[in-house]
Amino acid sequence: MQKMTSENKEKEKSAVLVLGCPQVPVQTGIALYLISALRKKGIKTTIAGNRAARTLVEVSDPERHYVGEVMDIDRYIGEIAEKKRDFDYHFIFIHNDAGVSYAATVQAITGKTVVALIYGEHFQEIAGTIGFPCEKIAAKAVHNPMPLKNKLDEALPWVVSNL
Amino acid sequence: MGCIESLKYEIILRDASFTECREYIRSTCKEYVGVDPGFKIFDKHIIGVPPIFIGFDGDVIIFPFTKPCYGTFLMRVEDHDEAARIRQSAVQSKK
Repeated sequence: MQKMTSENKEKEKSAVLVLGCPQVPVQTGIALYLISALRKKGIKTTIAGNRAARTLVEVSDPERHYVGEVMDIDRYIGEIAEKKRDFDYHFIFIHNDAGVSYAATVQAITGKTVVALIYGEHFQEIAGTIGFPCEKIAAKAVHNPMPLKNKLDEALPWVVSNL
Repeated sequence: MGCIESLKYEIILRDASFTECREYIRSTCKEYVGVDPGFKIFDKHIIGVPPIFIGFDGDVIIFPFTKPCYGTFLMRVEDHDEAARIRQSAVQSKK
């Protein structure tokens, strides 16, 4: 029988959800859904976003059943740029050009394949502007989260086992 | 915008794409440098799709600045020390 030591104990995986401007309603619901799905896979999650995006998530989960660490988006960029923090998975919420810029920045800093969750009215146009390596999960979801939730359900097992 | 908001700045382009910012700097600045995302400018890590160009006109620095809710701005700020620091730490691509 193999002895369980600290060396062969698998390190807990971590993911960060980088939220964009919360002007598209599906963002907060999908973020909480994704946190739940990742937690079921044993992945520790952190939320990074601006004040409005963070507050929406925190108010939606007052007892913190799902939400763990929450941090400012600039602090997140600073910490990964200065190699103070590292995450196994970076999920970037994108519905505008700024979201694409954040995803490109995270990809360039970490060298990892980021997961781009692309939604909103112009999701195809936005997805077409992405020329850097990333895993795209895209759907026309503005008020109804189901199209993006369904795409996430299809892609998440692959993403978590392959990235 | 943190400390950048407290600077005396001028907005050249509003809600611009990174390609537009890059083209503006390439076509109007006699001197510019290319930096990677995460490069520090006015103590903030720059966000963007690489290559990110920063232009100069003497002590004036022209650079893109992204905010999640407002998109990307191309800004112009005069600062002798910061211009010298960027010139020193970035790889120059002078025209």
